[in-house]
Parts: sequence; structure tokens; C-alpha cells
Amino acid sequence: MSGHRFNIHRFAAIVVKEFIQMRRDRLTFGMMVGIPMIQLILFGFAINSNPTKLPTAILCADQSVFSRTLTTAVKNCDYFLFTHEARNEAEARSLLQRGEVQFVLCIPEDFSRKLLRGERPSTLLEADATDPAATGGAVAAMTELVRHSLDRDLQGPLRHLIARPAPVDLRVHRHYNPEIITQYNIVPGLIGVVLTMTMVIITALAITRERERGTMENLLSTPARPAEVMLGKLVPYILVGYIQVALVLCAARFIFHVPLTGSLFLLTCVMLVFIAANLAVGITFSTVAHNQLQAMQMSFFFFLPSILLSGFMFPFRGMPLWAQCIGEVLPLTHFLRIVRGILLKGTGLAEILPELWPLVLFLVVVMGVGIKRYRQTLD
Amino acid sequence: MSNSLDELVSSEATDLAIDVQGATKRFGGRTVVNSLEMQVKRGEIYGFLGPNGSGKTTFLRVLCGLLRPDGGSGHCLGYDILTQSTEIKRHVGYMTQRFSFYEDLSIEENLNFIARIYEVRERQAAVEQSLERLGLTDRRRQLAGVLSGGWKQRLALAACLIHKPQLLLLDEPTAGVDPKARRDFWEEIYHLAAEGLTVLITTHYMDEAERCHRLAYIAYGNLLTRGTVDEVVRRAGLTTWELTGPDLAGVAKEIRPLPGVEQVVAFGNTLHVSGRDSARLESSVMRWQSREHRCALIESSLEDVFISLMDQSLDNFK
Repeated sequence: MSGHRFNIHRFAAIVVKEFIQMRRDRLTFGMMVGIPMIQLILFGFAINSNPTKLPTAILCADQSVFSRTLTTAVKNCDYFLFTHEARNEAEARSLLQRGEVQFVLCIPEDFSRKLLRGERPSTLLEADATDPAATGGAVAAMTELVRHSLDRDLQGPLRHLIARPAPVDLRVHRHYNPEIITQYNIVPGLIGVVLTMTMVIITALAITRERERGTMENLLSTPARPAEVMLGKLVPYILVGYIQVALVLCAARFIFHVPLTGSLFLLTCVMLVFIAANLAVGITFSTVAHNQLQAMQMSFFFFLPSILLSGFMFPFRGMPLWAQCIGEVLPLTHFLRIVRGILLKGTGLAEILPELWPLVLFLVVVMGVGIKRYRQTLD
Repeated sequence: MSNSLDELVSSEATDLAIDVQGATKRFGGRTVVNSLEMQVKRGEIYGFLGPNGSGKTTFLRVLCGLLRPDGGSGHCLGYDILTQSTEIKRHVGYMTQRFSFYEDLSIEENLNFIARIYEVRERQAAVEQSLERLGLTDRRRQLAGVLSGGWKQRLALAACLIHKPQLLLLDEPTAGVDPKARRDFWEEIYHLAAEGLTVLITTHYMDEAERCHRLAYIAYGNLLTRGTVDEVVRRAGLTTWELTGPDLAGVAKEIRPLPGVEQVVAFGNTLHVSGRDSARLESSVMRWQSREHRCALIESSLEDVFISLMDQSLDNFK
């Protein structure tokens, strides 16, 4: 056999060797199978860009057949899910601001009187439009509902009220993002995504690299304590994280003209919790991964659901319950709500607390696992 | 093993840099270091030998506090190895088997980093001095990653010495280093020992083993022998014959199964035949004396002794 030509046996030898190595590296192999599966499940089943069953509060000041019919029609509509009965406007506003409901339907007190007089009473649909994608379908459905739901009640002598234009004047207030600008939603969200990416991937890599190159052993044989090593390695990346955030915020303000309504100080503080949570994930990964490739893959494994299930790219409420449950575990989900809340809605500490404690819980649990595993890897 | 020696050693316990009894380390169910005992005097160069995977590196890691022993007790530089690992780390320089400094930092940056970690006083001067001493001054700005094996080893040694340790643990420091660099390295080790530094060095090279003041040999976690080179050789009770003549490969094949022959090793144009039963060995070897071969009794070398010890411990292992 000539040594110059492409030799099928030599080629086969390399192919076989690659397969053996692939099989040896269980984690990589698992990821190669796992990541497509996850993508399939997430894209195939979890993601729905036209969400239904959106939590809705009703503020009804009119007790009449017509208002009840309208409410029932909205209740029967798949897009809306009645969760709250607001007593007054302040309560309704607060539900919206805390993100507990996506919509508030307000029926004014003179609704039936005006309707009977043919004065086209207005009903108000207040929408949390921070994520325009989440509200579009529902708002369109509501317009149809209002037009036709009263048809059955308006029989006999009232029949003439079923005229054009619709008997009821539906007004939609898109709060927090009246012009339906997608960037208002995406750009603040990017802060969370960028931080997740940097903090998890770079931390996992930085620590794994130290182990892979054997320098960790050297470091640990010096008087440097594990806490000093860890913190010393992490603080530079935290700073990098803040620089990234500053960049995104500047871009948000000056390029995309996103309103920065809330307290930047509060945002900075909450961010620290979020950064810590992601660092904890990175550290935990680095205790599992044997090399940088594995660390990279595991980070990706975490990053993918973070982007897809957190409500960053697709409306959170559009996902099935199981996907929402996974999403609720991820720190990015809660951070997105916080950052959008602070920047777009101007929420304060009290309003973000329900999103803050899951972040803290996540941090404590993952840090616990990470430290436990880190100790084991030393011995 | 020699009880009288142990008693002698423990009576001058204050002179000991390392004094460990019953050190044991298990990984999973496997005992990697089995009840090891070691006494090393201050200022001594102590050789630590044994086949690959015999537990040498693990023992070094236990000594410098990187690993917690599962059993045993002892002192390193007067500090308890179980409870005072922080103090031990402060006064020990540990040079790992694999180059473990930062390849993307320059020589000077690496030294600076280590000096900071050890909180060396007058750091800049200490770094200057160590660059000077190891002849690295001209290369101070070179990245550690581009250095050749010999220079990497120099850098590692410089870094291990920067905090003026009292004990130096060297894990196969000269593996893959050329003879000239190895000689220079040992020259440096002798200087350091003369200044009072204690050195514990693992190696596979017999010439290096012979340069140590005393040595210990372990295999599969068990201590097999220790003492000065002469003591170790004497205690092994090995007799070695040197055969010269034609077709030594054939001779080796024929002589191996004969009574008294434990070891047959080719050394260039000669054959070393060793065994502990000198009478039976002699009668076996003498069969070749009459023909065109010549047989001569020679002193057993350290290598002969070690290979014999290794074979025995393998037998015990089965």
C-alpha cells in the first residue's frame, strides 16, 4: 500500500478511535444525546408564542345581566383565566404591577344604563404589555368577544342595539409599553441573559481550566484557603458582569430608548443576588466537569432552558404547566420579571419580593451542593 | 524493620523534619498508602522510591496537607499533620509532578503571584533574588507556556523556594529533563540542603537515588526498605554475577529457570544475574564458566535491589 494516497484503513482507525473516546466520555455523550432531546421538547411542546389562559382580574362596578354576560363570555374564552375580583382601581393596578395578572377588565358602573340607551358604554381592558407577544392574541380575541357576546341578550326590543359599530366601546390600555415596542421587553431581558451566559459559562470554565492544567493542586498546596481561591477567582467576573450590565443599560437608554422607570440602585442590588446564583451554578458545574469541554456543555445545558423557558424569548404564560414549573426554578425567570418590573413598571422592593425569594432559595440550595461537591473533589 | 534504628531516630525527635507513623490513605476501597512510617532529619536529602502508582505522590500530598490521611499520625516540621496543615503549607515547598504554574503568565508574574500567596515580605526583592539565583533574569518576561522542559523545571523550583521553605517536597522533578539540566538541578539541591533545607524527593533514576543521603522504597503502599544506599543494598542480601560472552540473549533464556536465579537483566554486553541464595546461584551461574563465557562476582547495584524488592512485593500481592 502506498503511503501517499488516502488509505481507508488508516481513516477507519481514526474513526474507531474517535468513537471509543466518545463512548469513554460519558458526560459528553450524554450531552450530545440530551441537548437535541431538550431542544425538541422545548421547541416542540413548551413554546407557544400565542399564549392562552392568561390570568385576568375583573373590576366590575355594574351589576346587571349585560355585565354578567360579558364577564361569562370572557371567562369562557380560552385566552383569559379569571383569577381575581378587584374591588377598586388601586387594587387592580397593583395586581397588574406585581405581574399577578396580565389583564384587568373594567366594566364601569353605568355600563347597562348606557348600553340600553345605545350610548356605546366603554369597557376598559388594561393590559400588562411589557411582553407584547403575550398580549396580542388575547386583545384581538377580546375585541371579538365584546362585539358579539351581548348579541343573545339584546333580543326583541333591544335588537336594534346590535348594530355597527359594536354596542360596547372597548378601550385597551397597554400599560408599561403603550407603543408595543418589542425592544422594551427584550433589551432589559438581555441583562439577565448576558449575565447568565457570562457567569455560568466563564466560572465553570475558569475553575475547570485550573484543575485541567494542574494548577489547582499547586494553589491548594499553598496557604491559600479554598474560600480565598474561590472568591478571588469569582470577583473579577462579577466586575465583568457589572460592566456588561452597564453596557446593556446604556444601549437600552440611548439606542433603544427604553424607559428606565425604577430605581437603578435597587436593580444593582438585586443583580448581585442573581449574579451569585449563576456563579453558584458555574461552581457546581466545575466540580462535576472533568475538562473544559464538559464544563462548556453543562453550561449550555443550563443556558438553553434558561433562555427558552424563562419568558425571555417566548411568553412565559404560553407554556404548559410542566414547562412553567421548570421555568419557575430557573433564576433567569425571576430576574427577568424583576428587571422588567423595575425598568418598565417602576416597581419597588415590596413588589419584587415574591420574585426575590425564589432567587435567594435557588442560590442557597445550589451553593450548598457546590460547596459540598467542591470539598469532595479536594480529597 | 530495624528497630534499633527507629529508637535511635526517635531519641533525637527534635531534629526531625518529617516524623510520621502509620500514615494510611484509602481511595474508595483501595488502600494507596498503607501504614507508612517515615523519619527524615533536618537538612537531609531523602529519596523516596517505588514503582509507578505505589503511593508516593499520595504520601507527599498527605504530608503537605492536601489530603487528609485516613489513619496514622505524625509531625511535619513540628506541626501536626492532622490539625496544622495551614502551618505546614506555610513552610513547605511542594513541586508537583506536572508543571503546575500558569502558562499564560510570564516567569516574573508567576513568581510574583506565588510570593503574594505566601505573603512574602519585600516581595520585589525576593522575586529578583530568585530570578537571579536560578538564572532566569534574562527570561523574566517570557510566558511560562513557551519554556522548554528544563526551564519550566527551573521556574517551578524557583517558585517553590520563594517563601524560603524549611522542607522541599519534589515529586519526580527531573522527569524528562536532559542530563546537564539534571546535574545543575542536583547541584542546586545540594546547595539548599547545605543551607539547612530538608528535601524529600521522589525519582525513578538510580543515579539520583544514589545521590540521596538516605532513601525509602515503597511498593503498593507498603514500605519495603529504607536507610542509606549501602544499608539498603546490604540488607537486601543480594548476590550478583556478571556474565560476558556470545549470545547473551540465549544464555538469559537458559539461565532464568535455574535454581537460585531470581533476576536476569541485560546491561549492554553483559548480563547481570542475581539471587539471594548465593550458593545455589553460584552453582547455576558456574555452568557457563567452563565454556567461552566468563563469570565474575560483582556488587549488587541499587537497581538490582529495587527490582528484586518489587518482584517480591508483587508475589506478596498475589
